Amino acid sequence: MEGDLAHIGAGIAAIGSGLAALGVGNVAGNYLAGALRNPSAAAGQTATLFIGLAFAEALGIFAFLVSLLLMFAV
Amino acid sequence: MATETHDAAGVCVDAGGSALGMPQLCADWMPNQIFWLLVTLIAIYFVMSRIALPRIAAVLAERSGTITNDLAAAEELKNKAAEAEAAYDQALLDARAEAQKIVAEAKEEIQAELSVELEKADAQIAAKTAESEAAIAEIRAGAVKSVTAVAKDTAKELVAAMGTTVDAKTITAAVNARMKG
Amino acid sequence: MLRNKRMTRVAEEKAEGGLVFHPLDQFIVKPLFGDGPVHWYTPTNLTLWMAIAVLAIVAVFVLGSRGRAVIPTRMQSLGELMYGFIYKMVEDVTGKDGVRYFPYIMTLFLFILFSNYLALIPMSYSPTSMIAVTVILGFGVFIAVTILGFVKNGTAFLGLFWMSDAPLFLRPIIAIIEVISYFVRPVSLSIRLAGNIAAGHVVLKVFAAFAAAVVISPAAILGIIAIYGLEILVCGIQAYVFTILTCVYLKDALHPAH
Repeated sequence: MEGDLAHIGAGIAAIGSGLAALGVGNVAGNYLAGALRNPSAAAGQTATLFIGLAFAEALGIFAFLVSLLLMFAV
Repeated sequence: MATETHDAAGVCVDAGGSALGMPQLCADWMPNQIFWLLVTLIAIYFVMSRIALPRIAAVLAERSGTITNDLAAAEELKNKAAEAEAAYDQALLDARAEAQKIVAEAKEEIQAELSVELEKADAQIAAKTAESEAAIAEIRAGAVKSVTAVAKDTAKELVAAMGTTVDAKTITAAVNARMKG
Repeated sequence: MLRNKRMTRVAEEKAEGGLVFHPLDQFIVKPLFGDGPVHWYTPTNLTLWMAIAVLAIVAVFVLGSRGRAVIPTRMQSLGELMYGFIYKMVEDVTGKDGVRYFPYIMTLFLFILFSNYLALIPMSYSPTSMIAVTVILGFGVFIAVTILGFVKNGTAFLGLFWMSDAPLFLRPIIAIIEVISYFVRPVSLSIRLAGNIAAGHVVLKVFAAFAAAVVISPAAILGIIAIYGLEILVCGIQAYVFTILTCVYLKDALHPAH
């Protein structure tokens, strides 16, 4: 029953998506905190915000990918 | 083994038509995807670089030119409006001064007329007053005379009633003395 | 073997008669005409949706701006909006000399954006969820930028990895880390795009399968609506992120000093 082990692995890998959520929330929260302190500088940093969000989210997507691979490709 | 997987669309699909593994990782489909991706990208690139982007750039340039021109025209119009406003203000001031002058003149004229009329009226009133006073004096004199006559008569009657007789001269003298007193 | 195992698993699920869902079936490449094998030149459903994307781009950018109106129509102002957005991004991030590469970046952005959004139409196909497609995009950007960096700067391009303001003994370590992160760039670029889009579509399909069960179908339908809204956001953001990262890499190639 390797299939079942793979499913368990997929479930464990899915934890990574939640961890990525922590990262994304951290980035967005810190941006918001900074933007509220200095609203005039906020507009210039939206590009940086999105890059940061993308990097944080990409790792969650990797975890999701591992999960998918375990579910459907192993 | 998997004989039925080869007969249909390809090796990555089972007999029921659902995916075997991840379709994203099916190597048999990749050349197809890559080929069509390149075709699509080249098509988009040529459409954009040959037709769309120059056209939009031209439109944007034209628009910014139009906006600049319009802004200049607006500036000119604004200056004109300011000039017109200044002229208007000046005209208003002039008109106001003129009006004040006219008002002052009219006032003066009216004042002069009024004083003449007033004088005339005063003179008339004075004449009337004098006339009236004369009439009143006359009436008063008449009244005094009548009062004296009445007083003399009354005194004579009274004296007669008392039973004494006094001559008229005495009575007149007494009444006159009383009237004066 | 792998396929056999998968086959038996599917067979078991069907035999159980429970919830049967195949969230990955939406990514299957099918020939448009007939049932033959998929050769590299075969027109497939992927071809169809890429062609629709091209037609949509033509509709917005060529037909929409046909009037060349100074006061734009809706379609034309949509095109001008995207043009201005990407142009400003390229100019801000890469500087004046990066504007030469604006048509290439615009092409990438439009392909990703239109593919992402067209894939949100039910029953459609999402080319940007295929690893092969995004890997070509990502590695294309990577190779082009690297070649451009060496052509423009020669060996000075290697200064990108050598932090001259770091302490001397740390520099080799930082250089190794920088080299690794440089080579991870195309991988993360392509996996991020494909992963985001594929993940969204898989989640939608899973919720759709749950909607077949009567008890939880209201919750599942609400979930589909919520995820769909999120996907609308993600599609735009992923196109934006891919484009701005391309601009950042281009800036590194043009000005490796900082």
